[in-house]
Amino acid sequence: MVMSWIFTGILMVSLFFAAILGRGSELAAAIPTGAQAGISLAISMGGSICLWTGVGKLMEKAGLTEKLARLLSPVMKHAFPSTRQDPLLAQSLTGNICANFLGLGNAATPMGIQAAKRLVDPADPTRAGDEMCRLIVLNTASIQLIPANVAAVRASLGCSAPFDILPAVWVTSICSAGLGVFAAWLMGKVWRHE
Amino acid sequence: MSDYVVPAILLGASLLALYRKENSYDILLGGAAEGMRLLVSIVPALVLLLTAVTMLNASGAMEVISSVIAPAFRFFGIPPETALLVLVRPISGSAALAVGADLMAQYGVDSQIGRTVAVMLGSTETTFYTISVYFGAAGIHKTRYTVPAALLADFTGFFMACLTVRLFF
Repeated sequence: MVMSWIFTGILMVSLFFAAILGRGSELAAAIPTGAQAGISLAISMGGSICLWTGVGKLMEKAGLTEKLARLLSPVMKHAFPSTRQDPLLAQSLTGNICANFLGLGNAATPMGIQAAKRLVDPADPTRAGDEMCRLIVLNTASIQLIPANVAAVRASLGCSAPFDILPAVWVTSICSAGLGVFAAWLMGKVWRHE
Repeated sequence: MSDYVVPAILLGASLLALYRKENSYDILLGGAAEGMRLLVSIVPALVLLLTAVTMLNASGAMEVISSVIAPAFRFFGIPPETALLVLVRPISGSAALAVGADLMAQYGVDSQIGRTVAVMLGSTETTFYTISVYFGAAGIHKTRYTVPAALLADFTGFFMACLTVRLFF
């Protein structure tokens, strides 16, 4: 429903400004150009999407997810204290984070939801606890080893080194996820009501 | 040096899978087929959204909107040209991809703006979509500070994307 409003809103704004600025012919020409650009973009990044979904699966089967999970476990015990008593929660939580890291969105979401369900407080089941908030904030801040889609778009536009943004992406991701989780922790200390 | 990172990851994953006696080629094939389904599922959204974004640009609306919010963006060192991406990123993943691709094509994929856009896309998530999926599945109504904390993380991502691109390139 949100997208219907956004789409209609964009059309309204476009028509409004085109009428004021006298850009009617450009606006009309943009319709077929834009629609075709959608297909062109899909085709030009299709190969990379297929390849990297495959590589993501391969990394999972090669046991990289488990290795990462073992590396993460000391951090997890501090960030999510409930994982100490609940091995199933620990498993789905680390699984969620590792799958996100390897770019396996389809695998990450079910595990994250499983973890979120186990974090529900039976005393107040509609209220998000501190660990639940932390989990969601971590999931809204992407930490990804290889942002394959973006690299694919860059390659399709003739970029000679589509992966040269990787260090910048890593530093940016760590900062945003770190600050998000820190802010969540801080707000959790203050936000006691509700 | 950095040219070898991605090929090395590719080889490393293949070798590790072989070492664990996994049928690596079949796994890659299965994953690629899944990628194909993923691609097909986002094509309709890409067509609609790129139509909308191209219209918005052609109408001149983007120039007006950018110039209005430019002072606020400049204050944080974020190029005003990325305004639409910043607005759309937390709401829709395919819209962000459409806007991002359009910006990269418009300003050049290796330009400062082109790279900033790529880093923004690669290091942020569809925040509101993620929040609604997780809280919806867990039956949570009282979300407390999740939205402000998540949006702060997004903002940090946009800000740091500009900073890292300026520092690294």
